[in-house]
Amino acid sequence: MASSPIDLSLALVTEAPDAADWLVVLPVALCIATGALMTMLRGRPSLQGWLAVLALGVLVMLNIGLVFHIGASGPVTMMVGRWLPPFGIAFTADMTGALFSLSASVVAFACALHSLGDISETGRRHGFYPFLLLLMAGVSGAFLTGDIFNLYVWFEVLLISSFGLLVIGSEHRQIDGAVKYGFLNLVATTLFLIATGYLYGIFGTLNMADIARKAGTLPDSAPLMTLVALYLFAFAMKAAAFPVNFWLPASYHTPRIVVSALFAGLLTKVGVYALLRIGVMLFPTEREALSTVIAVVAGFTMITGALGALAQADMRRLLGYLVVSGIGAMLAGLALGGADAVSGAIVYGVHSMLVMSALYLAIGLAGRAAGTFSIGGAGGLWQRELTLSALTLVLFFSVSGLPPFSGFWPKLMLVKAALAQGAGWLAAALLVSGFLTTIAVGRLFLIAYWRPAPLASSAGAERDPSSGGRKRGSAASLLPVFALMLASIGIGLYPEPLIAAATTAAEGLVSPLAYVQSVFGTEATP
Amino acid sequence: MMEPVLAILTGLFFAAAVYLMLSKFIIRVLLGVAILGNAVNLLIFTNGRLLREVPPVLAAGLDVPAGPVANPLPQALILTAIVISFSFFAFLLVLSWRAYEGLGTDNTDRMRVAEPEDAPLPPEGY
Repeated sequence: MASSPIDLSLALVTEAPDAADWLVVLPVALCIATGALMTMLRGRPSLQGWLAVLALGVLVMLNIGLVFHIGASGPVTMMVGRWLPPFGIAFTADMTGALFSLSASVVAFACALHSLGDISETGRRHGFYPFLLLLMAGVSGAFLTGDIFNLYVWFEVLLISSFGLLVIGSEHRQIDGAVKYGFLNLVATTLFLIATGYLYGIFGTLNMADIARKAGTLPDSAPLMTLVALYLFAFAMKAAAFPVNFWLPASYHTPRIVVSALFAGLLTKVGVYALLRIGVMLFPTEREALSTVIAVVAGFTMITGALGALAQADMRRLLGYLVVSGIGAMLAGLALGGADAVSGAIVYGVHSMLVMSALYLAIGLAGRAAGTFSIGGAGGLWQRELTLSALTLVLFFSVSGLPPFSGFWPKLMLVKAALAQGAGWLAAALLVSGFLTTIAVGRLFLIAYWRPAPLASSAGAERDPSSGGRKRGSAASLLPVFALMLASIGIGLYPEPLIAAATTAAEGLVSPLAYVQSVFGTEATP
Repeated sequence: MMEPVLAILTGLFFAAAVYLMLSKFIIRVLLGVAILGNAVNLLIFTNGRLLREVPPVLAAGLDVPAGPVANPLPQALILTAIVISFSFFAFLLVLSWRAYEGLGTDNTDRMRVAEPEDAPLPPEGY
């Protein structure tokens, strides 16, 4: 097109990107390609499991590479279809997205390993592994995209895959849980789409870097507060924050335990990530104005989650409430704002992904060994399953926020940030929720693990068919729990690298100059 | 001046959708979800600003359109949203039918299989 009178360099990327920059899109591309391959391998269920483990192992490697690449050179952008920003869809990975993406892939890898011994041939034929890979495509895409409508699309990709995972088996309780999960999550993503429609009407752009650049230059009449309130509501619903969190305890205990572990590790954290992206990076002024509301929501989420956990007689439902309680701690970081608090929220996110998934897997094994998920019906696990019980105890300490495990540091960072900003009551709520969590998991451990097994004739010991009968956990299914527990101890004993990365990430969100420059070139100003 | 008319229409769609979704019967919630999807599509369309009868197609030999044309981006967004909301509607329809078959009710108040009303209290002592 040498004769074209149009200067294409104004609209199109003319040079090929660096080889290392491909890392931004490779996680998504890998997951979609493997997911498609899995669908074609529908008739070869035995092959699917190992292929999924292999693909997710590669995904972990890619994400490690991405974290190091971003650590060395700052946020990385790749434009889809060569269109220059803001015309094309941008994939922009900064430290926040890369850290979340890395922990998500670690969780998925562990769950895939565990699923080899847990998902039956029928589950595989119903598409467990294709759904798992496509779920990871949605999650990675949501963490790495730089375009807000694209973020919506990835939300829908992970939502439809999660529907598929949730109903594998089609038991009555699964259908019941899926109805509530399905409708409420669909309403939440629709709210997200409504907000995005308004955002496009106000800004005329959907590129996040472009929005961050323009947010300060709009006239005062622009209804930004309405927009941000809508976004906060939509993402709070996805993240299961207090008044709109009832879908989570209603559904998370119904599917296969591997699926619960995946959901607990990944789905709500995508909502938290979107809250951080929108609240801290794109609209800091409006977040500041709404910070009291967010803080109250965070406090209620933490406390009601922990109280809900205290009131449960089923181990899996107890964990569902612990997930909710953890979301409150991350929202506290969002409410406080500032790099200190946001880095605390990011570290808490990483910790919560690893530990909550490991807890679901461990409780799944415990329920299988005891033959029931009822707290009162189980017992004597300490005698029969010593390794599993010790692993679970470490995870219990970690989720309660006791040192020297990974839950301690983010709580410390958040409490410190809250006290530094004079929000003493929020710090108190963090500590009280940790205390209530300790009681809840302490009681679970005392009664279901430490107490001798109840006599077979005693009430409440009836076998729960969904626990799969009394079986010993194999070493292979214990391995992922052990690895995640080691990660938790590792973060607890040597937290500096993670905290340093999270501080870089939080500073990048609070002052997004590097993010904007990675999209628009070094001469751009925020 | 098409925008105010469409804005009012969108409002009516939202009102109908919210009214239906507040019902405890799943079939009405489903209809509400279908209307909600269309309300959002109209909303995005209106937010892209309206211009009648000038499709965004270049005439032969031109590199830029001669005059103002309709905004093609909302149409692309809506197309994506239609596909997604339609597939979700299809999934939820099947799910609701399975729920009706399996649980014997479409009243959400009586769907208590996953959260039984007579759930035992947690043990109080060791």
